[in-house]
Amino acid sequence: MSPTDNLPRMDRRKAMQWMLSATATLAVRDPNAFGADDLIKAKGYGPDPSMVTIYKPGDVWPLTLTEPQRRTARALCDVIIPADDASPSASAVGVPDFIDEWISSPYPAQAGDRRVVLDGLKWIDEEAMRRFQKTFADLKLEQQTAICDDLATGKPKDKKVVSFFKRFRDLTAGGYYTTSEGMKAIGYVGNVPSATFDGPPVEALKHVGLA
Amino acid sequence: MPVITADKLQSNYDVVIVGSGAGGGQTAYTLTMEGVKVLMIEAGRTFDPATEVAMFQLPSQAPLRGEKTPDKQYGFHDCSINSGWEIPGEPYTNANKEPESQFKWWRQRMMGGRTNHWGRISLRNGPYDFKPRTRFGAGFDWPISYDDVAPYYDKVEMLIGVFGTNEGLENSPDSSPGVLHPAPKLRVGELYAQKHGKKVGAHIVSIHRAVLTKPQDAETLPAKLHPGNAKAQGILAEHMRTRAPCFWATDCHRGCSIRANYDSQTVHLRPALATGNLDILPNAMAREVTINKQGKATGITFIDKSTGREGHAKGRVVVLAAGAMESVRLLLNSKSNLFPQGIANSSGKVGKNLTDSVQSSVSAHIPAFEGMPIHNEDGAGGPHAYVPWTLHDQNRKGELGFPGGYHLEFTSGRQMPSLGVVNGIDSRAGSPSVLFGKKLKEEARRFYGCQLGFGAQGTMLPNDGCFTELDPETKDQWGIPVLRFHWKWTDAELNLVKHQQQHIREILEAMGGKVSKPETDPAKAIKQGGTVIHEVGGAIMGADAASSVTNAWSQTWDVKNVFLADGAPFASTADKNPTLTIMALAWRMADHLMDEMKKGNI
Repeated sequence: MSPTDNLPRMDRRKAMQWMLSATATLAVRDPNAFGADDLIKAKGYGPDPSMVTIYKPGDVWPLTLTEPQRRTARALCDVIIPADDASPSASAVGVPDFIDEWISSPYPAQAGDRRVVLDGLKWIDEEAMRRFQKTFADLKLEQQTAICDDLATGKPKDKKVVSFFKRFRDLTAGGYYTTSEGMKAIGYVGNVPSATFDGPPVEALKHVGLA
Repeated sequence: MPVITADKLQSNYDVVIVGSGAGGGQTAYTLTMEGVKVLMIEAGRTFDPATEVAMFQLPSQAPLRGEKTPDKQYGFHDCSINSGWEIPGEPYTNANKEPESQFKWWRQRMMGGRTNHWGRISLRNGPYDFKPRTRFGAGFDWPISYDDVAPYYDKVEMLIGVFGTNEGLENSPDSSPGVLHPAPKLRVGELYAQKHGKKVGAHIVSIHRAVLTKPQDAETLPAKLHPGNAKAQGILAEHMRTRAPCFWATDCHRGCSIRANYDSQTVHLRPALATGNLDILPNAMAREVTINKQGKATGITFIDKSTGREGHAKGRVVVLAAGAMESVRLLLNSKSNLFPQGIANSSGKVGKNLTDSVQSSVSAHIPAFEGMPIHNEDGAGGPHAYVPWTLHDQNRKGELGFPGGYHLEFTSGRQMPSLGVVNGIDSRAGSPSVLFGKKLKEEARRFYGCQLGFGAQGTMLPNDGCFTELDPETKDQWGIPVLRFHWKWTDAELNLVKHQQQHIREILEAMGGKVSKPETDPAKAIKQGGTVIHEVGGAIMGADAASSVTNAWSQTWDVKNVFLADGAPFASTADKNPTLTIMALAWRMADHLMDEMKKGNI
């Protein structure tokens, strides 16, 4: 799936044009486009990695977010997936590290997201400074939410940042629900060996009118 | 006799097999159990399913949440290594540039081949599937009938272990009594589809898959499979006892260290090695079949990938089971003065008559599943139910515009979440904005597991536009000429896909489903050739040497001691997955081969 598949329908065409140009920019590796630190020179894990090893972000290729970028990403992750009584927040289960791993990936499919995320994090801090004179991570939750509400409803004229928010939300949620805590939060209770398979419980059958 | 290196090759073998997957594994098993001395050559490295498969690892424990990359083209935890549609140093080409005429070729360079990561769906071809010419006036009749293969389907199913039910369906055959393992209970989505699918003629039944749902019967099966052969019975009984039944967790595509599902190493190669009659040479890329002055095969030339040196393995008989296209490539590359067009090719039919499953899919959001009570439906690590093809009356009336039909496989359920788990959540929730915060968490929980889809796999008969040949210029990293593909869908496949798309939509709508995608042009909905990884043909079996490459025993007409044991001899693709039939034909071929050896004919 291409990263644009998740973009809102109305912005899709524009977003795709923009994504294509972003990818093209990356392909020619113009160091002035978004800074020399954006070039990924690392190698992937190759065609025969150990599948049983438990990996953490950074184990295979280096993470590249700067500390200020990471701080902003962490704050944004937790506005998107906050803690509640039943489950932890996105940052509590390492989602910012995953996003860093994703945008630091040496594989071509993530190259477009790298530009989207780095530009988006920059914008969000600039917006925080403009409106509240602090970086995003230092804002109160209401202030952070106000900025995110604008992004979520497509208010900013700059449609790139609107697409960024959607993409960052998808990565955050996907990163979260693929952890054991996130799986519990979404209601996945499998991956546990059992002597028998008893089929659906009666409540599940009742739920759809089968019992 | 064990897994060896090239310097440990014996000076001569009875049979040299190329490839360690379903066909090679079955052939080696059948032969070695009867005392035949066999060498198996495998292009990939050894692989231990007991220690190398990642059954329980979470996506968060893999790089990039386990998403697909060019290095791991089915995702990080999929049981495939050194494999893919694109492998560095091992190119292939397409003759035409149009997207619809591209063929994609999956290679699985590891011990056990593609059996490591398939869905274990094990459906028998039916009587009609062997006789498309008689039935539909198109393609070629196979020179064998269902009755020829049925005893071998039973034997293979008893050996590998297949769950399912006998439904008495037309052209989706039952197994003999006592062969199948009990089918698991259906999941809530499968039951719901079964109830509502009836309204639109979808008859949903238990699927057949190569997964043990009880311990194998080590007391009686070995005697049924190897009558009068005490040694074989003893070895098989011992190996059956080391296989555990399914423990109702983890995706079969990841492999199975408890040996509940079938892969070639677990079921075929372990007992074959235990006979002492099998050598396996891994990391050896077969280059060509060598031929003597009398036109008989003498063995296989290979490149030892660990040293880069060329070697030769000698055998009385050569069996190609390298995967249909790789076996075709070997035949074409085996050129000599005697056979300038490659061996077994006096008909010019080597490389012709390629087919693949005709596949498309549609999925929908099923509102009835929203807020489903939480429960574990991992089950047997893949589908428990399917929709067999039942429109035979319409086939007979010629109303459909395509030969054969298709079956539908479920893609649904409360599976382990992957990175895309919230995809489409905003529109599903009717939200004009991008959901985040507390609301996102609530909606994610409410909508999780509500997506249900079907993938259709349909019949394909050969056409003149689908074939392969040697590329005149391109060579791989070892200097071996590569394949160049030609691919062309005909109206039959496009009509079939149109029907698939409409019928899936009907079923989903009967379930109250909301299909997000608009009606799709069949030419766009059809999966690209090769991407289903069911490609077969290229050296089809037939009634005579002029129109086919092998006889009814998968023995090449031109070179009597060369046999094929993968999908290459398939004269067409049924609406059933090919693996079970590959194994049944391989066992049947191996029995014939031994008869011929005993008679001194080869």
